[in-house]
Amino acid sequence: MSITRKVVSAVDKRTAGAPLLRKTLRYLFPDHWSFLLGEVALYAFMVLVATGIYLTFFFVDSTHTVTYHGPYRPLQGQEMTEAYKSVVDISTTVKAGLLIRQTHHWAANIFLVAIILHLCRVFFTGAYRKPRGLIWGIGVTMLTLSLLEAYMGYSLVDDLLSGMGLVIGYSVGMAIPFVGANLMNWLFHGPYPGQHVLWPRMYIAHVLLFPILIGMLLTAHLLLVAMRHHTQFKQRRAQSNHVVMGVPAWPGQAPRSLGLLLAVAGVLFLLGGLVQINPIWQWGPYHTYVGTNGAQPDWYLGWLIGGLRLVPGFDLVIGKYTLVPNPFWGGALFPLVVFGFLFFWPALERKLTGDDGWHNVLERPRDNPLRTSVGIGMITWVLLVFVAGSSDRVNLTFGIPYTAQIWFYRVFVFVGPLIAALVAHRVCVELQNMERVEQDRHHAEAEARLAASRQST
Amino acid sequence: MAKAKDALLSGLVLLASRGKRRRKVDEDPLRVVPDMDVSRGAETRAIALFFLSALAFLAFVVVYAVDRIPHQTQFLGLAIGLGFILFAAALIVTGLRLVVTEELVEEYPPQEHPGEVDLIASSVEEAGSRLTRKRLFKLGLLAAGGGLAAAAIVPAASFGPLLRVKEYFGTPWTRGRRLVDEDGKPYTADDIEEKAFYTAFAENADKEEMGASLVVVRLPPSTLDLPPELQGYDADGIVAYSKICTHAGCAIAMYRVPTFAPDEPRPALVCPCHYSTFDPASGGTVTFGPAGRPLPMLPLTIDSRGFLRAKGNFNGAVGPSWWGVRNRKPEPQS
Repeated sequence: MSITRKVVSAVDKRTAGAPLLRKTLRYLFPDHWSFLLGEVALYAFMVLVATGIYLTFFFVDSTHTVTYHGPYRPLQGQEMTEAYKSVVDISTTVKAGLLIRQTHHWAANIFLVAIILHLCRVFFTGAYRKPRGLIWGIGVTMLTLSLLEAYMGYSLVDDLLSGMGLVIGYSVGMAIPFVGANLMNWLFHGPYPGQHVLWPRMYIAHVLLFPILIGMLLTAHLLLVAMRHHTQFKQRRAQSNHVVMGVPAWPGQAPRSLGLLLAVAGVLFLLGGLVQINPIWQWGPYHTYVGTNGAQPDWYLGWLIGGLRLVPGFDLVIGKYTLVPNPFWGGALFPLVVFGFLFFWPALERKLTGDDGWHNVLERPRDNPLRTSVGIGMITWVLLVFVAGSSDRVNLTFGIPYTAQIWFYRVFVFVGPLIAALVAHRVCVELQNMERVEQDRHHAEAEARLAASRQST
Repeated sequence: MAKAKDALLSGLVLLASRGKRRRKVDEDPLRVVPDMDVSRGAETRAIALFFLSALAFLAFVVVYAVDRIPHQTQFLGLAIGLGFILFAAALIVTGLRLVVTEELVEEYPPQEHPGEVDLIASSVEEAGSRLTRKRLFKLGLLAAGGGLAAAAIVPAASFGPLLRVKEYFGTPWTRGRRLVDEDGKPYTADDIEEKAFYTAFAENADKEEMGASLVVVRLPPSTLDLPPELQGYDADGIVAYSKICTHAGCAIAMYRVPTFAPDEPRPALVCPCHYSTFDPASGGTVTFGPAGRPLPMLPLTIDSRGFLRAKGNFNGAVGPSWWGVRNRKPEPQS
């Protein structure tokens, strides 16, 4: 008996798992490059967990004040929280600490990029349609959790920029009508910056609760994909709504997927080692009374800063009661609308089109002009608000007055998406027409050839 | 460690190249995975990549161990990154060129399993056939479950005070309290010059508290344009405002002086987070940006020795807006 057979036999004797294992090994993966985007997100998540575990050995989750006496001269003698000091130490004195920290930060960025691209792929190909609505819902939930997770991660550092980000988050929380102040009082234990309780809470959420939650949802997401099988493009005659065609997990897919995992890890470690990211020792420690000019959050929160900046200056007031404080509009309502759209679009589409069918075959963006134009419109909306959030950089770089830019965006963030959606719709229809013409020509040529061959015989 | 890795790698290589030594492809009816022709070039490449990857990982260990190597972060990243990339390349060559590639077809699982669904539903429903007061039974079950959930959730109230919002109106300012700088040195009126920007704190207060910090600027008294209810809040043209933006709680860190275009010829206090812009000459009114209410102003006085002192508390609540922010004026903390 070969060694392989012995091992498999031993496993089967103990678990009765051979049928399941055989099914798993021969599970089919339909092949298309865009199906790898979700995999990249999964692998970035693995790198996040691995590097994150390493960082927990050195991070201190305390906002009690200490005086810095480490090797980094510019901070010498400054008062800072233990949290910030521990991250400065990770970056300066812990061997390989900076590499791991930067890789962790890069991995968070790539994780979110991959999720968003994966979401776009799923959206524009209609992969979320029945029977995969639940998979879509879990995916959007994971995106929400991942954004919060990333926000907590860079808030924990307690450098100047992260502190400014945290107080903005606090203010958005305060702006929730009727209950905001109570909720924040509860979470921070007293008015900002609270009584040192937030850091242990945020820390356990960042390193345990959220990763476990994301991990469980991830498992459900993948299990559901496996149970329902992956969608496919119709590339071959054999493929249909009922028959899936693909490469089996073993031996075809396994080395490729494992290769992708290692490639993602490799790129992340190269970035972590060679490309500086978030040099927190330069920002300095946070104090409530210190601010810095030209502050920009990590890109995945840039759309929210744009939303906060664009809203004209007013609180909605009834008598002496402040019904809606200003940060609610840009910081809470805007993301609520975007995520509300993501959660409810599949149902809305079913309503709009009356298509309640079962779909295992994907559409190309051009095949469904309605969906594509709605998607392009939403993306343009979020992107324009994001760009509006960097008006201050544009002002510094090109000298265009900040106020003029804001006034322009206040109008254009609503006009721009409409234009983009109309253009997208037109492009889809034109592409469809071109294909139809091409097909007709092929038919005509084939017929002509057939007629010619008949004549010659 | 490296030895174990090498053994593992060669194992993988052997596994990948298993059954391909025969040159001739003949159909073996007992095979699960179909046989294919050998590809010596790809095999050589994969094996070379595995060994190079092992070398790169080894280099990581060396760079980690030898302190004399400069630019540790960069070399560590380079070594481990290349290790991963080479390993990945070897596997991708294996996956695309070496292992047997086959495209198979299979049925998608059916839309639903009506028979199974019926069975499950029946087994659940029939389990309750001995119950006579089903509704009451369900109600009891629901009550117990709800009680359990409530008992589990309620202790989370210990996180912090949910209902008490009094603290939001507290500041350390009392009549006569001096204004000090970051090192605790009291400001005199002469310290404050025009066209400059000062951060001040309540003497002996916790500087991190939102109500403690101020921006202080001196304006030519002739340019002051305070509304009637703020008359007398300035001291010889020196005005003081809460340093915390009323929009999203960032520190007001910019002073546009001598002018800021929309308020020509007045200067402006600006928050760097979302560019809420306040007019220090007219009582901190919002002239641009998203802030929904003016900066709270602190009334000042100059004592006989020239020190700046508070004449009372702010005219409005400090910090970002919330539902009760306009309900009452701030008061000294007990």
